[in-house]
Amino acid sequence: MAFAYTPGLRVAGIAVVRKERRLPLKGETLVRVGDEVSADTIVARTELPGNVKMLNIANVLGLPPGDIPPLLTKRPGDPIGENDLIGQTKGMFGLFKNAVRSPIMGIFESYNEITGQAVLREPPIPVEIDAYVKGTVIEVLGGEGVVVEARGTFVQGIFGIGGEVRGEMKVVVRSPDQELTQDLLDESCRGKVLLGGSFVTSGTLRKAIAGGVKAIVVGGFDDRDLKEFLGYDLGVAITGHEKKGITLVLTEGFGRMTMAKGTFDLLRSREGLMASVNGATQIRAGVMRPEVVIPVEGQEIAETERIAGAMDVGSPIRCIRAPHFGRLGRVAALPAELQVLESEAHVRVLEVEFPDGERATIPRANVELIEE
Amino acid sequence: MAVTGKEITRILATDCGSTTTKAILIEKRDGEYRLIRRGEAPTTVEAPAEDVTKGVLNAVGEIEDLEGREFLRSTKDGIDVSPDGSGGVDIYMSTSSAGGGLQMTVAGVVKSMTGESAQRAALGAGAIVMDVVASNDGRLPHEKVSDIRRLRPDMILLSGGIDGGTIDHVVELAEIIRAADPKPRFGVGYKLPVIYAGNREAREAVAGELGGSMELKVVDNLRPVLERENLGPARDTIHELFMEHVMAQAPGYSRLMSWAGHWVDGAWEQVPIMPTPGAVGKLIEIVAKNEGIEVMGVDIGGATTDVFSVFGNQGESVFNRTVSANLGMSYSVSNVLASAGLENVMRWVPFRMDETDLRNRIRNKMIRPTTIPQLLEELVIEQAIAREALRLALVQHRELATGLKGVAQERTIGDAFEQTQSGATLVDMMSLNLLIGSGGVLSHAPRRCQAAHMLIDSFLPEGVTMLAVDSIFMMPQLGVLSEVLPEAATEVFDKDCLIRLGTCVAPSGVNRKADVLATVRIERSDGKTEEHPVRAGTMLLLPLGVGQRAKAVITPARGLDVGAGPGAVWSGELEGGVVGLVLDGRGRQPFELPADDAVRVKKLQEWSLALDTYPAAFFGKGGR
Repeated sequence: MAFAYTPGLRVAGIAVVRKERRLPLKGETLVRVGDEVSADTIVARTELPGNVKMLNIANVLGLPPGDIPPLLTKRPGDPIGENDLIGQTKGMFGLFKNAVRSPIMGIFESYNEITGQAVLREPPIPVEIDAYVKGTVIEVLGGEGVVVEARGTFVQGIFGIGGEVRGEMKVVVRSPDQELTQDLLDESCRGKVLLGGSFVTSGTLRKAIAGGVKAIVVGGFDDRDLKEFLGYDLGVAITGHEKKGITLVLTEGFGRMTMAKGTFDLLRSREGLMASVNGATQIRAGVMRPEVVIPVEGQEIAETERIAGAMDVGSPIRCIRAPHFGRLGRVAALPAELQVLESEAHVRVLEVEFPDGERATIPRANVELIEE
Repeated sequence: MAVTGKEITRILATDCGSTTTKAILIEKRDGEYRLIRRGEAPTTVEAPAEDVTKGVLNAVGEIEDLEGREFLRSTKDGIDVSPDGSGGVDIYMSTSSAGGGLQMTVAGVVKSMTGESAQRAALGAGAIVMDVVASNDGRLPHEKVSDIRRLRPDMILLSGGIDGGTIDHVVELAEIIRAADPKPRFGVGYKLPVIYAGNREAREAVAGELGGSMELKVVDNLRPVLERENLGPARDTIHELFMEHVMAQAPGYSRLMSWAGHWVDGAWEQVPIMPTPGAVGKLIEIVAKNEGIEVMGVDIGGATTDVFSVFGNQGESVFNRTVSANLGMSYSVSNVLASAGLENVMRWVPFRMDETDLRNRIRNKMIRPTTIPQLLEELVIEQAIAREALRLALVQHRELATGLKGVAQERTIGDAFEQTQSGATLVDMMSLNLLIGSGGVLSHAPRRCQAAHMLIDSFLPEGVTMLAVDSIFMMPQLGVLSEVLPEAATEVFDKDCLIRLGTCVAPSGVNRKADVLATVRIERSDGKTEEHPVRAGTMLLLPLGVGQRAKAVITPARGLDVGAGPGAVWSGELEGGVVGLVLDGRGRQPFELPADDAVRVKKLQEWSLALDTYPAAFFGKGGR
């Protein structure tokens, strides 16, 4: 067996990108198969059930729960306004009545004769989802959403924060090993997706937010800065919901890391085009990586299909752990037998040849494939 | 599930983990069941494959390649389970924790009573408990509603009230669940399973609330009286619903379920797929029961760490399992750092390191969780993190493995000075006999003494404790096998799964004046006797191989305990292992590392050299 399964991150100049746009609950789709959509076209919407307010009417009126139903002025399903009368006691000679009023606007959902509790529900919360990328609707998922297909550049990052944003691609550094520093930011960056080089600090991120930058795509970032920027130490890598006013996509990892030249050159070639960026990352069951999608018109798909994750002699790879972390090279040999590392572990290894001709033996688990 | 008909001699079992699917082949040869082969492949429950059976076929395919025999059907679309012993295997079975495992929310009236009992039932069945909703949990009803809705559990276990107790509070909880109407993670079209295991008198009212909108299953009360838990029926129903509802919705599982089983007298009999931790728990219980000992097992995975224990409580053996959902060595590695704090991780590293560099290295492991340490320095850091993950998992286990709370205790005059409370932890590291470690960082540690060192540092066993590791994470498969063929499971467990590391002797208690915490006198099988002092602040490794036993008399210093009580002499047999006999004089209750950084580093290096944990040359280079 001369190959190993080592899935790499996708970096494709032109690819077919399919995005499932799914509602959290069943609802209504607003487009049909074949429709052309722009990134901000609303494709589906639904209403989430409103928040619930529990109100113990028996307690308020000071009566046993079973005595309450005849005193209620609302029935299950009735609409209620804020401060509406829900029930009241008969009082004495029509006086000294105890009343209970609705604290919210919405619906009187139910009353329970055992607990004395009424369930009041606020009006439904409308939820809409947009197409996220410019493309064509290729599938309608019942009332749950749609699949949008776009043609364009697709770059997966390794880690990100912040949700979906859109903006024009703008290059602010000269080379993939240059740090994106504060002095490179100016008014022309407003509303843009910035392509940085090797590194960015939390200080620069804050200046970018103040300057209205939508997203930053960069090689590396310090974990210490991440903690300082988020205000907490990120425990489990589930991100995307941060409301920091910017989306950040790291292409390489943590620390100061030169962006892979192929990634940098590709994104640079798309300067001026609209990019859809999502920082959402989930590194556990259901792996999700951050991404940059840039729809490109008028180019044929020339993507060669590779066997997913197949590694062979000659495959371009990136080392993803010390001591060669971040270096790019090609597989020079795939010895079958286990070998002993400095850590004394017996593992399957490969030989890598770096561009300067140097060779090294590293565990197969410590490389990732780069798509050509 | 008793087996009748032809004898089962060839067994194939898989465990579909969150990252890897592991297959083992067990055969009966020369009258005994032994592990023959093992294969593994990446789990394929996620895109692009989105079909768990692909990973199973790949893992079994690896066994086929290595064995040069066929175990898959000729069409390669399933396991070849033969009815007459002609080809393939006689039985196939599987466990699963893929897709995030079984995620549950539990509810009870009083958080520390029925709430905790419900939590124990769910954990014991192999679930991850995401939330415990209780009438007295301090949240307002609408907050509970939104929390249930947000967490989207796979299943809800509702308990509350002893039989004949409160009805109102239970119905109120049912109301909250109905109002939340959570949507399951998998499969939009199916109803959420809810198990009701509370006050039997509230059944009707609960059914009235939940019967229509949820898949309600009513079972016996899990806390029928305050003094007793009855977790079995709820646990069994969780397994049943896990199969029928949750797993059936996950990609490829209905096919996998149809493969798992065997032929009995010409009829196909299915073997249910068990949640992985539930299967491991079964095995730990069997070991404790068969040997009549107290056992603790820990399985440290990439995302979670499970702790299982069987401790005695008032003459009964009590099984407990906890899962620390976000303590693990790959996906959750950063959370170990966040939970334990950098200083606690660094205290185990026997050299100095820049904080920014360490943080970035740990994060890079999180975002690329399948990488392995190539450099020794990286291995040392990973093992330092593992110590903290294990320590924190034990802290959580102690909190939940308790006696029942809220129970009135009968005290005699003799108990008057023992200030024990109801609900005290059952975990007693002094009475513990066997500590088993499992999971990559322990089972695959390049040196076995590293696994022993990690277990000792993190769990701090007291007195005399046997240490062992699961050689290749077979415990899940053996757990499910124990349901069908208990003798095969225990035989393989004993001969191929469990690797005995050796015995740790650690005096416990306070005696600040003692330089020698205990004296260990051993008589080896050839009659030779030796005497070794357990000096304060040191560790010592004595050779005592696998299967070797030595008679021992351990005399502790005044006030210290080695298992027979403070100051009392302990005598018995010590068992050896691949590491040997570890005499740990670093102290227990309290155990403290030196506060001064330079002294701490020097001590860590000394202990490492004593146990041969890391190569001696490592500490000589690079200014370490």
